[in-house]
Amino acid sequence: MRLEEHPVIDFSRKRGKKVTIYFEGKPIEAYEGEPIAEALHAAGIRVLNYTARGRPRGLFCAIGKCSSCLMKVNGIPNVRTCITLVEDGMKVERQHGLEPLPKDYRPPEWKDAERVEADVIVIGGGPAGLMAGIKAAEHGATVALLDENPVLGGQLVKQTHKFFGKREQFAGVRGIKIAEIIAEEAKNRGVDIHLETSAVGIFPEGEGKLVTAVKKNKKLVEFHGKAVIVATGAMEKMIPFENNDLPGVYGAGAIQTLMNTYGIQPGKRVLIVGAGNVGVILAYQLLQAGVKVVAVVEAMPKVGAYFVHAAKIRRLGIPIYTRHTILRAEGKEKVERAVIAQLDDKWKPIPGTEKTYDVDIVALAVGLRPSIELLHQAGAQAIFVRELSGYVVRHDSRMETTIRGIFVAGDSSGIEEATTAMLEGKLAGIAAALFVGKANVKNAMEEMEKVRKDLDEFRSGPFGQRTKIGEEKVMIK
Amino acid sequence: MSDEYLSRGYLTMDEIKEITELPSEERLKKKPVAVPECPQKIPCTPCFEICPVGAISMPTPNDRPVVDYEKCIGCSLCVQICPGLAFFMIHYRGEKARITMPHELLPVPQRGDEVVLLNRKGEEIGTGKVVLVVPREKSVGDTPVLTVEVPIELAWEARAIRVKEARE
Repeated sequence: MRLEEHPVIDFSRKRGKKVTIYFEGKPIEAYEGEPIAEALHAAGIRVLNYTARGRPRGLFCAIGKCSSCLMKVNGIPNVRTCITLVEDGMKVERQHGLEPLPKDYRPPEWKDAERVEADVIVIGGGPAGLMAGIKAAEHGATVALLDENPVLGGQLVKQTHKFFGKREQFAGVRGIKIAEIIAEEAKNRGVDIHLETSAVGIFPEGEGKLVTAVKKNKKLVEFHGKAVIVATGAMEKMIPFENNDLPGVYGAGAIQTLMNTYGIQPGKRVLIVGAGNVGVILAYQLLQAGVKVVAVVEAMPKVGAYFVHAAKIRRLGIPIYTRHTILRAEGKEKVERAVIAQLDDKWKPIPGTEKTYDVDIVALAVGLRPSIELLHQAGAQAIFVRELSGYVVRHDSRMETTIRGIFVAGDSSGIEEATTAMLEGKLAGIAAALFVGKANVKNAMEEMEKVRKDLDEFRSGPFGQRTKIGEEKVMIK
Repeated sequence: MSDEYLSRGYLTMDEIKEITELPSEERLKKKPVAVPECPQKIPCTPCFEICPVGAISMPTPNDRPVVDYEKCIGCSLCVQICPGLAFFMIHYRGEKARITMPHELLPVPQRGDEVVLLNRKGEEIGTGKVVLVVPREKSVGDTPVLTVEVPIELAWEARAIRVKEARE
């Protein structure tokens, strides 16, 4: 099912030309510009593969991070179908466990790799990466930016709500619009953009850096630069409960991708787990897409989201049950029901408080963890910081990590929000331009000082305290 | 103020009075007046920045907005821009009150439509009539804004509407 009418997004403008793909031999209608798993979802196909033990798997993150959507595409197994775009005539099959490459397949070789050169290589085209690219270019550096998704903007592209902050930081503007504005600006500044390109390693190369990457699952690319900015974002957390792997148990972001990026109705009835900002904003977005939200459950005694976001869904009739959690999902091959229960003071479900909902989607909005895999591989020092929601790399006041010339920004440096991700991106971008010797030192130092003040100001309220404690732990002084 | 409202997800009238003084009856009768329902210290300033008469004070971005009701001209720009959809305008007119509120759902009702009124917990509490619609294209904050005429006793209760055909 596809969404035709929406109060904020005009999908008719976004959809490409119609193409046909073949799922297990059966033709499926899809639109150019949308990924395989999303097109299958629109056609009602939830099971994308089976594990070696035969458990069905569907989408979970929809941004290429979790591997729950691996399928065989034109005979090649292990393709992340959530970020691989459809092509007319494509053959897609469910895979069972890990399947081998076809015998006659010849993988590409490094000697044939495409070569890209720039002063600064930015990995990630979300709010932090785009802003980093813009600022590095503005301060005189040449910039190449890669992102494994087919669209620029990171998670901004699915945020239909208006952002907080100051108006010079895009407050009052919807996330989807901010994504358009900064993507446009990056292009205008001459940032060399490579989409559908996954970075797979960062290596020292003489005085510079080499980032190895794979484009569209088939081509190898080498990015040669003097500095690297890692802005790889975050990935959704999972919580343990019975059948949490059943297709239809989706990360909140995956539901936003389906509905707000590609105009696909995620389901008919949804239970949301987690009343942080992501959970309650998702509830509001589902309401806007005409999807019924049966409830939002939250294990904590209080709503973790900004109150105003929670108030928006309450007055439109969506209940929030604090001190409740999900016990299990039920259904054959896909979610058909979800059972919740109230928790006592020791976080144990209270017998007799179980409630069963008929739902086809369970949305998990139970937090994010920073994506630091590339930084970890590159050897940057990482520590666990609870306040930043996981392992993060240490960095200094210019966002430089323990490895000279490698910078970090946005959620990959600790979970916060898009506004601060953009500010951190600015810092990293200016610092990188300075590092490669292209920036005017005085201008760069002055602007970095202003950005640090903005960050400090944004974090100065009660909601910023957690980040500030985390930043204290992670900062190299 | 206790943070009990965070376990409920909505504010009671007593809690609203704790976070902000309400306009006088006399002021409410004079012309529309903006009242924020913004209880937390969050880093957010668009209302303060957009107010054309400087009626909103906010010493730092993490302070709550406080409206000077005498300065407020009832222009609704704060209702249009507020990212939290937390600003409303109230205007007493005889037996009726007019509430101006954001509405980001489809369908957007038309002037003259009778709509179902919802309170802060989403309960249906009566009906009202739409008397003014600022469509999305004309709203500075990209959010359609409705002015709905309601029985005066619901002036501080009704905070959302449901268009009748859209009812389940």
